[in-house]
Order: sequence, then structure tokens, then C-alpha cells
Amino acid sequence: MEFSESIFASRFQITRQDLERYLAEALSQGGDYADLYFEYLLTSSISLDESMVKSATQGVSMGVGVRVIAGERTGYAYSDDLAPEKIRKAARVAACIASEPAKVEKFDLNEGARHNLYPVVTAPTETAFSARVDLVKRADQAARAYDPRIFQVQAVYADNFRHVLVATSDGVLTIDRQPLARMSVFALARQDGGAPQRGHAGGGGRVELDFFLKEKTPEHFAKEAAREAVVMLDAVDAPAGEMTVVLGPGWPGILLHEAVGHGLEADFNRKGVSAFSGRIGQKVASELCTVIDDGTMNSRRGSLNVDDEGHATQRNVLIENGVLRGYLQDKLSSSLLHSESTGSGRRESYAHIPMPRMTNTFMLAGESDPEQIIRSVPKGLYCVNFGGGQVDITSGNFVFSASESYLIEDGHLTRPVRNATLIGNGPEALKYVSMVGNDLRLDEGIGVCGKEGQSVPVGVGIPTIKIDRMTVGGTA
Amino acid sequence: MSENHLGELAADIVKRALARGATDAECTISEGDEFSASVRMREVESLKEAGSRGAGLRILIGKHTGSSYTSDLSAEGIERLVKQAIELADVTTEDPHAGLPDPDELGKISGDLRLYSDDIEGLETPLKIETAKRAEEAALTADPRIQNSEGASFDTNTGRHIFANSRGFAGEYRSSSCSLAVSPVAKDGESMERDYWYTMARGFAGLEPPEQVGRIAAQRALRRLNAVKVETQKVPVVFEPRAARSLLDNIFEAVHGMLVYRHESFLAGKLGEKVAAENVTVVDDATLPGLFGTSPFDDEGVPSRRTIVIEKGVLKSYLLNCYAARKLGMKTTGNASRGLTGNAGIGHGNFFLEKGVQTPEQILASIRNGFYVTELLGFGVNIVTGDYSRGAAGLWIRNGELAFAVSEVTIAGNLKEMLLHLETVGSDLEFRGAVAAPTLKIGEMTVGGR
Repeated sequence: MEFSESIFASRFQITRQDLERYLAEALSQGGDYADLYFEYLLTSSISLDESMVKSATQGVSMGVGVRVIAGERTGYAYSDDLAPEKIRKAARVAACIASEPAKVEKFDLNEGARHNLYPVVTAPTETAFSARVDLVKRADQAARAYDPRIFQVQAVYADNFRHVLVATSDGVLTIDRQPLARMSVFALARQDGGAPQRGHAGGGGRVELDFFLKEKTPEHFAKEAAREAVVMLDAVDAPAGEMTVVLGPGWPGILLHEAVGHGLEADFNRKGVSAFSGRIGQKVASELCTVIDDGTMNSRRGSLNVDDEGHATQRNVLIENGVLRGYLQDKLSSSLLHSESTGSGRRESYAHIPMPRMTNTFMLAGESDPEQIIRSVPKGLYCVNFGGGQVDITSGNFVFSASESYLIEDGHLTRPVRNATLIGNGPEALKYVSMVGNDLRLDEGIGVCGKEGQSVPVGVGIPTIKIDRMTVGGTA
Repeated sequence: MSENHLGELAADIVKRALARGATDAECTISEGDEFSASVRMREVESLKEAGSRGAGLRILIGKHTGSSYTSDLSAEGIERLVKQAIELADVTTEDPHAGLPDPDELGKISGDLRLYSDDIEGLETPLKIETAKRAEEAALTADPRIQNSEGASFDTNTGRHIFANSRGFAGEYRSSSCSLAVSPVAKDGESMERDYWYTMARGFAGLEPPEQVGRIAAQRALRRLNAVKVETQKVPVVFEPRAARSLLDNIFEAVHGMLVYRHESFLAGKLGEKVAAENVTVVDDATLPGLFGTSPFDDEGVPSRRTIVIEKGVLKSYLLNCYAARKLGMKTTGNASRGLTGNAGIGHGNFFLEKGVQTPEQILASIRNGFYVTELLGFGVNIVTGDYSRGAAGLWIRNGELAFAVSEVTIAGNLKEMLLHLETVGSDLEFRGAVAAPTLKIGEMTVGGR
């Protein structure tokens, strides 16, 4: 799709000359760089509870953010009205960060490189709501049919469709259309009037409704949520203290996101406030660990054709055979560090200043057989599913909460255990990785990453790995 | 857009929805302006300024609901808003409990709630930058071990909230807030720690002195240095007020009406029962002037009120909107809360644990060996079962005094037992936001470490 075919040109009649004029206005007080981020976002959500579709919502939000960078300073303003006088006003407000005469510049905007990772065949706006309703109803029936002990089910289907346009004073003009869809199922199980237990499953990506009919069906997520709730009915108290932990493949890759990913974002490292600051070239993990952040994977939740600064995303090696290789860079940090953007500049919306963020973060597969890994553990914990995680990037301490895990006794999985938080220190934790499985799996597409109040969709992945020492926060 | 215009617009949207076939409708319009100045290492890092607005519509056709929102308040945008909500009523299920509040439940509390302070309007940008710089400077000069910072920010927000429904309710209020936060980084050898402190108020005049905020932030970062990981053990755990507030967040979730009717809370079905120690009284009060959880009416147009949630350890009330109240056979407590999208959820007003008599020093003095928690990490709380397991950092208590810094540990237990064994409630309650708690001591929890 060309600029001229974008919604901003066709519906809002924005021309290249307009964009050039706004950029000139943004740099009217001087400054090194300016960019415009136009966004037109359509969302819809259907939710079912107690076998009833109780809520259905759709909406539209739009706006433009104007950024001016002068040295290390950023000026930012936005408007939710795309009328020319409102955009020019935002540009003038953002311009106030600089205080020099305008540099006479001519912006020769050229359409930049971008991937084609999620071709839009059927826009969500052209999909009937009744088709979405069928999905949540199917999930409800499948979860209830899974086991008579399931007594409460909630299912949500949400999609959005984001049109973006980025124009920069470096002459870059990019447009993108970004679909994103997700299905979530929550189930509660109860046995003989006892205390309920919860299970959750969900997934999706930069996909269309068709994905949920052909690839990951409502029944798939429903059974998974119901299974977890039923398993937890037999859970015993989790152990407490340091022990061997085995992580199953897929979503447990959230370990990488918390333990190393955030600490490698260039803004923290430029400021010297990350536990990983100044450690490039040092060993921060066992030789078995190679960690990648890749924004170029087809249809993944964390993927982008271009980042939110108009830069094509790429595959970035963060840790190679245990050695720290690089940071995730955006425009500002890379220019201050005399480096290149890694296509990692992201923002929640037009109302937010971009910063370095992850896309899809995963560890490459190793050579061990996953079953051998479990068999090698005399006593430990096997974690297959997690809730959220969090990190204190300065001390490097991170946590992630296991929602489904099992005791390992003499190389065998025995009892499921209750929810427990795992805690470790970023630059240290991966040094204890002693086995890496050959079963790399990516998560199903439910991740939301929060940083400084901004949420963006991300993906994670990991093969089965064995960590010889990690602290488990149980009570037993 | 003028004041009157947005009120009229909300009424007009409701009218259009009825004309299109809705049997009931409610419309929320929010308008806000934000300003943020951040400085780092004595230099301006960013300035941000903007305004935005949006409208949300929820309609009923009989007992079928539909909803929509838009940031496009042009005639075309409004037309689309109404059309979308109406068409969605076709796909939702008939729900006997859906509907607006009864007319006699609607209303608003009167009097000046002091939600808006006009001293924010006249603040010049240089003063805002200067205020942030003063706070950061105080942190940077507090101790030679503070050489770095994540910066300081000064933020202001003003907003207008409008709500109208087809049962005759029309109301609006303005609100403002102003905050100053600082995040210094302390370093000693290999040990590096960050912490923060902040002040917030409805107006500029209500903020604490920037130097005080900076000094406290510095002290907080410094006392975390050279932390160790302790042995795994069961000990008394004291939550300082900032950490104790998160326990109040957990209690709020546990009395959240939607979770209660779905049996998704460990407090479901426990009304009238003893669920906490006798010194525990938890209140939700959205009527306290000037505070951040205060409003004249909730997001369904029901007057704000004071609700005693737990009284001397006994569970007295859940927090409800109309829907949860009907599901439970109760009356709304005026806790409906919504953004612009979807059905009303449930929110709190000023949600706090009433203070006790002991000072934090007296509480510490009672403990020979224990953990004083200043920071919690992660989301390891399961409200369905009450299972509690979170990352923590803080200071170790030895013979009644704070002895050394501790980090990379977990604290675990179950909220049911934690509330029943909440041995001591401190006297140091203060509001720094809508949720507040004094220092709290829990008899025993498992600290996971070495």
C-alpha cells in the first residue's frame, strides 16, 4: 500500500506537502529532529460470562503526536483532532523544547523500507459481529464440556486495527496497517463444594478472525483453561527457597523478558541505571543461552512491519552463547550513543513518546531432550504456565508468577503446586542454566508489556530449560 | 469547546440513541489536558503538553446491551457512535439483570468537594521545570553515593467529566491534579539501587516542598544499598505504608462485586463473618473533600457515599454497581466505574484501612527477628484462593530495629490467614492517592530466600 492509498490521504486528505509543512513548523525553533505519528485505531470486543454475551463494544480513536528532539531534550504534543490548524498547534507546542533559529530544511519525504508480515485480507471492520459471537459461545461450551467440575466460564474476543503513518525530518515516510486479535478464556473449577480454582488460556497475534477458525480454535483455548483449573484442584503448597527449576517451553519465556529484556533497553543503559549497563561483551548467562529479540516474525503478536518511529524492525541478538551482544535502540538513544536504531522504538499510541521496547523475545533451542531434562532433576519444580512478571532494572531483581507447576521428585513429575512467585537477579540468573531443550516454542500470543505507563503487545518464547538455582516463593 | 456544549452534547447523544430505538441510554464524555515536565541530571529531558476528549455510549434495547466510544466528536463521529452501539444490541444476550439504576437511586452529593484547584491554570512552564529540578537537586546532593538519577517529573492534569442518562440524570464535575516525583539512583561499589518518592495534590499549593520529596527519595534509595538475601524462614512481616497499600488493593479486589457474584473471590459468601483481626476496619469513602478517590456521583449517576467494608474484622459490605447488586440481590453501593468503553465496572473511592494507635517505631520494637517490607514486585496474588506470593525488598528487623537491607526474596502466605493474623495496625495513615493504609504487621509469613 502506498501513502496515497492510506486512510490519512484518502479520508483525511493529508498530502505530502502538509506533512512537510507540519515538520517545518515542528522545527521552527531549531532542534535536531522531528517526527509525526498519525494513528487511526478501530477496536472491538465481545465478552461472555455465565453463558451470556453480556458486553459488546466497538470504538474509534485517532490522533497525531508531534515530537521534536534537541540534543537530549524531547518536546511532545498531540492532538486528537486531525484538522490542519490543530496539528500545526501541536507542532508549535512541541517546538518549544528548542530555542534556536529554525534551520532551513527541505524534507524530501520518501517511503521507507518495511516488511509485509501480516497482510490484511479481511479488515476486522468487514467481519460480522455474529462471527465473533460464535467464537465466544464455542469457547464457553467447550470449557463446560471438558469436565463437570467447571462451573464458571468467561470468554473474550477482542480485535483492533491500527492505521499508522510516520513522517520524519530525516525524510522517512512510512505507513502501516496493523491487525491484532486475541481470544481469552477463564474457567473456574470446584469439587464437592470446596474452594474454586482458576484456569486461564488465550492467544492470537497479528491475525484475522479466520485464524481462530482454522489454526487455534476457541475449543483449543477453552480446553486449556479448563484443564488448568481442574489440575489446580489437587494442588499442594508450593515449596519455599532455592532449588532447581525447570521451565516448560513457550510462555515461560517471560523469564527472558523480565530477566534480561528490559535491562537491555538502551534508554536505561544510556543513563547508566540498568544492572546491565556497561556490560556489553561480558558473560551474563551460561554458554547454552542465545537470546534474540525479533520483530520480523510472520503474524506474531510482537511483530511490526516498521516500528513506531518508521524504522523497519529487525532480528537483534541480545545474548550470544552467554555473552551480552547488544541493546535495544530507538531513535533518541541510538543517536546519543552514536549507534543505529534496532527498530525497537515503540509507543502505546499517538499520545505517547516512543522508547526502546521488546518485540518477540526468545531463546534459541539447544540439544537436550526435554524428558531427559526432567529426569535429571532429583528434586525441584517444573513450571509450565505463568501469570505476569516484573523487574527492577536497577538492581536487576525480577519476578514471574507460576500459575501451573509441578513438583519434580526423583526425575518424575508428581503433584501440582499452588501459585508461587519465582525471583532472581537478571545478570546472574541465566548463568545457572545447565540444560537447554531442543523444543523451542513461542507463546500463543497473549503478552502485554508495560513500561513507564505505556502498554504494547509482545511475544516471548523458550525451549525447556533447567536452571540449577532459583528462589521459589512458596510456603512449604 | 465550552462547558455547556459538552453537557448538551451528552444529552443530545442520549436523545439520538432513543430516537434510533434504544429503550435506555447513558453517555459519558471526558475531556482532559495534561502537562508533563521531566528533568534528569539537572537538565530538561522532556516537555509534553496536550488535550484530548472522547465520548462513550451504552444503550439498552429491552435487556440487550450495546456500547461504543469515539474520540471523533464531529457530527459524523457522533452519528457513527450511536449507530454502532445500537447495532451491537443485536448480538448480545438478553440479560435479566442488565439495566440502568432505578430513578430513585440516581443523584449526586452536594457541597464543594474541592476536586478542582485553579492555581494549576496559571502555572508557567519555567516554574514547573524549576520545581522538578529542585526536587532532583535535593536528591543528588543528599549523599555522595547518589551520583545518578532516573530524573524528576512534574505533572499536571485537569479534566471534565460529564454523564447523562435517559432516566433524567445529568451531571458533571471538573477535577485537577498536580504531582511531583523523583527517582534517584544510589551506588556503592557493585551495589546499585533505585527508589522514588512523590507528592500529589489537587493543586500546586497542596504539594509538599520539592526538597523534602528529593531527600526522602534519596534516603529510600540509600537504605536499599548492599542488600543481602536472607535464609528461607517464617517470621513476622511488617508492611510500610507504601507496601501496605498494595494489600488494600488486594482487599478491594476481594470485595469487588463482579468477582463476588462469579465466586472468583475468597471473600464470596462471607458477609457477616469474621474475615480479619479485630483491629481491622476497612472503609470506602468517595465523599471526603479534596482526596483523589472523591466524586459527587459514580459512573452510573448514583450518589457517592461512605461504605464500611470490614468493621472490626467482620465483613460488612461488598462494593457494588447496579449489575453486581442485582446479581447478588443487594443494592448498589455507588461504586460503578467506567472509562469510555463497555459496561460499567466497579471502582473504589478513597479506600483505606483505619489507623490504629501504635507508631511504626513501637511496632518494630515488638519484633526480635522479622522483615520490614518496603517494595513488592510482581503479580503473585490469586484472589480466587487467596494464595499470596510476591517478590519483596526491604530491611531486616533485629531486636526491634532496622538492621540491614534485604532483597531478592519472596514473601508468601494466604490472604485469608494474613487478614486474620493482621496483628497490629499503625497510627501513620496518610493519603497519597485514593488507596491508603498505615504500617501493618502480620504475625507470620514465609520469607523465601537462600
